[in-house]
Amino acid sequence: MRHSHALRIGPVGFRVGSTWRAPITALRGLYAGYPTLKAEVPDLTVRLYPERPWRRWLRPSVAIGGDFWLPDAAPLPLAQGLLAAEMGMNLQVALGWRRHLLLHCSAVERDGRVLLMSGASGSGKSTLATLLALAGWRFLGDEFAFVALDDGAIHPFPRAASLKNEAVAAVRAAGGMVGPVLAGTPKGTIGYWRPPETAISRMTDAAPPKLLLFPRFGEPERVETMAPSETFVRLTQASTNYVTLGQTGFSALTRLVQTVPALAIGYPDSAAGLALVERLWSAA
Amino acid sequence: MSHAARLLVAALRDPTSVATLGADDWTALLTAARAERLIGTLAHRLDTRAVPPGVARILADAAEGAAQERRAALWEAEMARRALAPLGVPVVLLKGTAFVAAGLDAGQGRSIGDLDILVPRADLPAVEAALLDAGWEWVKDDAYDDAYYRRWMHELPPLIHRDRDRMIDVHHTILPPTARPTPDAAALLADAVPLGNGLSILSPADMIVHAAVHLFGDGDLAGGLRNLWDIDRLLREYDGTDFWAALAARAGHHQLRREVGRAVRLAHDLYATPIPPNWRVRRGADALYRRRLVARDGWGRQPYPFTRLGFYVRSHWLRMPPAMLARHLWVKARRAR
Repeated sequence: MRHSHALRIGPVGFRVGSTWRAPITALRGLYAGYPTLKAEVPDLTVRLYPERPWRRWLRPSVAIGGDFWLPDAAPLPLAQGLLAAEMGMNLQVALGWRRHLLLHCSAVERDGRVLLMSGASGSGKSTLATLLALAGWRFLGDEFAFVALDDGAIHPFPRAASLKNEAVAAVRAAGGMVGPVLAGTPKGTIGYWRPPETAISRMTDAAPPKLLLFPRFGEPERVETMAPSETFVRLTQASTNYVTLGQTGFSALTRLVQTVPALAIGYPDSAAGLALVERLWSAA
Repeated sequence: MSHAARLLVAALRDPTSVATLGADDWTALLTAARAERLIGTLAHRLDTRAVPPGVARILADAAEGAAQERRAALWEAEMARRALAPLGVPVVLLKGTAFVAAGLDAGQGRSIGDLDILVPRADLPAVEAALLDAGWEWVKDDAYDDAYYRRWMHELPPLIHRDRDRMIDVHHTILPPTARPTPDAAALLADAVPLGNGLSILSPADMIVHAAVHLFGDGDLAGGLRNLWDIDRLLREYDGTDFWAALAARAGHHQLRREVGRAVRLAHDLYATPIPPNWRVRRGADALYRRRLVARDGWGRQPYPFTRLGFYVRSHWLRMPPAMLARHLWVKARRAR
């Protein structure tokens, strides 16, 4: 393709190609300092291309494609090309990755152990991970937790965190630099937060999980212990490749829920959430 | 031929051809193989100890993915067998599931999506009812599509299982009744080869005939390299003195001599399939088909939009008379907007 960039994020080598220059320039900017692929074969390919030939110039619209494919991925305006690249990378990992069990979780590490946070969009898992990283935890990722199939360790996938709507202000208030910010996307306003240098330089350092939280933002504070069976079922739904991994995925997930305590928590605001996480982490 | 497609065909035909590839060629080859749904096959063909470590990891993923698809396909066939066993009707597995169920070379590393089965047309209502009863549901809720399938197609509208999320295509023959060739569905069923568990597969000659129909009749020849690879493997496995005469006779019986001949020649052309001299009668249009089959670039894209459109129209031409084709494409085009 006319424009492209190939980079490594944790265990994944990506190649992103685009008909337009702008999405690749934005991607290079956001991921400056990440290892680039030289004379290496990328694991996954993302393509950004016009859905119809004239859509390259006329109301340019970015379709998202690649090695693996979903029928109903809607195209985005060119101004949101960076989001298209990010969504493309997520999609390829979600549909194509088999070397780890993938869970929709954010992950941060402290003292060599990992805190996993799972939840739907809006639960606060990205925001909490970002705020914890600003408070000194090591950021492993805000989108996918890569669970090793052999020993259950969590491998970092430190993509830029994608913060939605109020989360942008919350992270800025805590001293985080957020940018670029895209307004009017299908997911509302999205701001990208670039992980600290240690998160990038240590992107191959895995660590075992210690605690799993299911946060719910905007609720009265509560803490409920979850049974391993319930955790198991919820994580099968939070995994993009549990089914395709077959028995290997079952074994990895079973080990996780049997060895890592899981709690469902509610928290009214970020400050309360951070305090609660610190308290539960110390007690775990 | 695009460079990536050339690499892919060469790697499948002669696995040692990859020995000299650099990173860019590997990237193009693997991307094209994924796009053509041939990466599992490639992983099975290549000696992964003789490739760069990054490539070996990707091929190992592909091999595991194919093994999982094989397991899921066989399980799905077993689920259909259990649902249909009480009816006592013959059930013939088709395409990928048939290849892996019978342990054929064509099944090695093959990607398998839907379950395709063939049953007698007279038993369709009972089969449909039994499948719905066992948890399969309609995929298409569009009235035109549903009516179209039931009136004009060689299969029921696709069904999907509500728990396992897997599709089943129930065929009663191998070409739509609207197509000019009329394959003998009763003969397909009568000569099917039992697997011993209540399911069957097509006879060797019929399997090639069906693979040729599948290659030329489905959509715009998309996935053609994979379908042609099936044909190469089947021909090599069934090769023998009596086989070619039986294939010619069978293709004639199903009124598909031209399609089978072309499929055999293309397999010989691209994959060096050994074929008898009297099958090597070249036809002018072969070059056009060849061009379409190898249109896949190193980013997984398909250039030549006009060639593709031509083949899309042509595949429908094979399926239905002109006036009906015009009406069908009109409805599809209006909906696409």
